[in-house]
Amino acid sequence: MSSPPLVVTDLHKNFGDTPIVRGISFSLAPGECYALLGPNGAGKTTTLRCCLGLTEPTSGHIMLGGEPLPRRAREARLRVGVVPQMDNLDPDFTAGENLLVYGRYFGMKDADIRARIPQLLSFAGLEGKENSRIQTLSGGMKRRLTLARALVNDPDLLILDEPTTGLDPQARHLIWERLKALLARGKTVLLTTHFMDEAERLATRIAILDAGKLIAQGTPREVIQTHIEPDVVEVFGDWQNGAADTSATGTAADWARANAAQFVERFEVSGETAFCYAHEPAALLAHLHAQHGLRYLHRPANLEDVFLKLTGRELRD
Amino acid sequence: MRWLPVWQRNLLVWRKLAGTSIIGNLADPLIYMLGLGYGLGKLIPEMGGMSYLAFVASGTVCYSTMNSATFEAMYSGFSRMHVQKTWDAMLNAPLSLDDIVLAETMWAASKSLLSGICILFIASLFGLTQGWLWLWILPIVFLIGLCFASLGMIMTAIAPSYDFFMYWFTLAITPMMLISGVWFPADQLPAIVQTLAACLPLSHAVQLVRPLMTGQLPVQTLLHVSVLLGYIVVAYLIAHTLLQRRLLK
Repeated sequence: MSSPPLVVTDLHKNFGDTPIVRGISFSLAPGECYALLGPNGAGKTTTLRCCLGLTEPTSGHIMLGGEPLPRRAREARLRVGVVPQMDNLDPDFTAGENLLVYGRYFGMKDADIRARIPQLLSFAGLEGKENSRIQTLSGGMKRRLTLARALVNDPDLLILDEPTTGLDPQARHLIWERLKALLARGKTVLLTTHFMDEAERLATRIAILDAGKLIAQGTPREVIQTHIEPDVVEVFGDWQNGAADTSATGTAADWARANAAQFVERFEVSGETAFCYAHEPAALLAHLHAQHGLRYLHRPANLEDVFLKLTGRELRD
Repeated sequence: MRWLPVWQRNLLVWRKLAGTSIIGNLADPLIYMLGLGYGLGKLIPEMGGMSYLAFVASGTVCYSTMNSATFEAMYSGFSRMHVQKTWDAMLNAPLSLDDIVLAETMWAASKSLLSGICILFIASLFGLTQGWLWLWILPIVFLIGLCFASLGMIMTAIAPSYDFFMYWFTLAITPMMLISGVWFPADQLPAIVQTLAACLPLSHAVQLVRPLMTGQLPVQTLLHVSVLLGYIVVAYLIAHTLLQRRLLK
């Protein structure tokens, strides 16, 4: 563990004339979990492909496990495990055969791989599934098997591209728990996600990527403190404008446009819900309490608030 | 030898499906060989100095090798590359695209070798091989397999979907089969067609295999082998470049 697991310096990647990654730099410390957040099309997957040496950067430098990419990518990947966005397990094989065949790609001996298979399957919560065909496994089981496959070479660094997309809550929690166990063993983890709770739970540090640039970086707490007010009040429901006049009604959005600015520094309207961001929410809460029909939720600001503030609320396709 | 685990992976899949695979690979060429050999053989007492069945048998070795390598490199290769994303998984391991393309080409050639061996074995049961020179057909079959596997990999590299492969079959493989002396001697065809056939690999394959099957040395061996080798090298390099462009962009 002499060299840092991954160092990315001023990475640029164009597809044709279109810049996808526009000058990003970050580095991973051994044993940390670093999460790349970003809306669809932000350049997360392209960044990961560059970090694995699967595509040549337009400019910039990447060192993976002390090896320069893409020149020494193959050697660097010996110490890396990858969980791709799409499952690409071998459908013709059993769970055990998937691990055996994948281990061979790392130049491992059959006997050594076979000796690891029971512990890998048990780590992934797949005891007794060694001889199960892939088609008989659920989505969550396939994901866990893909994780086990990424661990077949006992890597120092694990790279996961949206590891829990499409999983039910039970399956997501199990993946999180396994990743925490790996971090506790000293593995370094780089993951991409667009689930903020996932990043907040797992990551030592996060980076928000948008339009090919890193627009925020730090621990989840730092990023929240730096970029957004500490308190959020979500206001929704029907608004009866004045207690006496019940005929004049509107939405929470109408209420916000008329009143929010006098209580908070910043507010946003999304559909019929108003988001108020405040340092001192007491006056706002007192006002809301007196309104008829409006309902509200007062909570601390989280990463999702930061993410939406920095990357906007419009849909990304 | 980093490509070997990838070749082994395909072998393991093949072993699971070997029963249907062997029957499928063998039934078609055998039906043609025996059907045409016996059926037309009744009308044609001899062709090219041998029984029509023997003539067709040597053609079938070449044609079934070509077909088997082409199918494997295109349909199965495309499944692994594009549909199942098996290659993506391999590229995340310490394998390069070179390892994968080499392994896939070697695998398609190996599978076609098996198909050629089966036809040869059956031909020898029917007494259609003479002497021991025919054993030289085995390395030649492997060359034929490498040649059509490499050509097939070019198609795989540019294919948007499975339907695309029909072009290769209807515009290249089938016409080549008809003008390369597989079912009848090519020397009765118009001169321009003969010239065209002489530029294509299958006619050279046939001219190597046919004499060896009946215990004779081929004429112009060096020329025929060189043409096959030339096709292998050029097609492989083109396929490799196109795949690099498609997958590592």
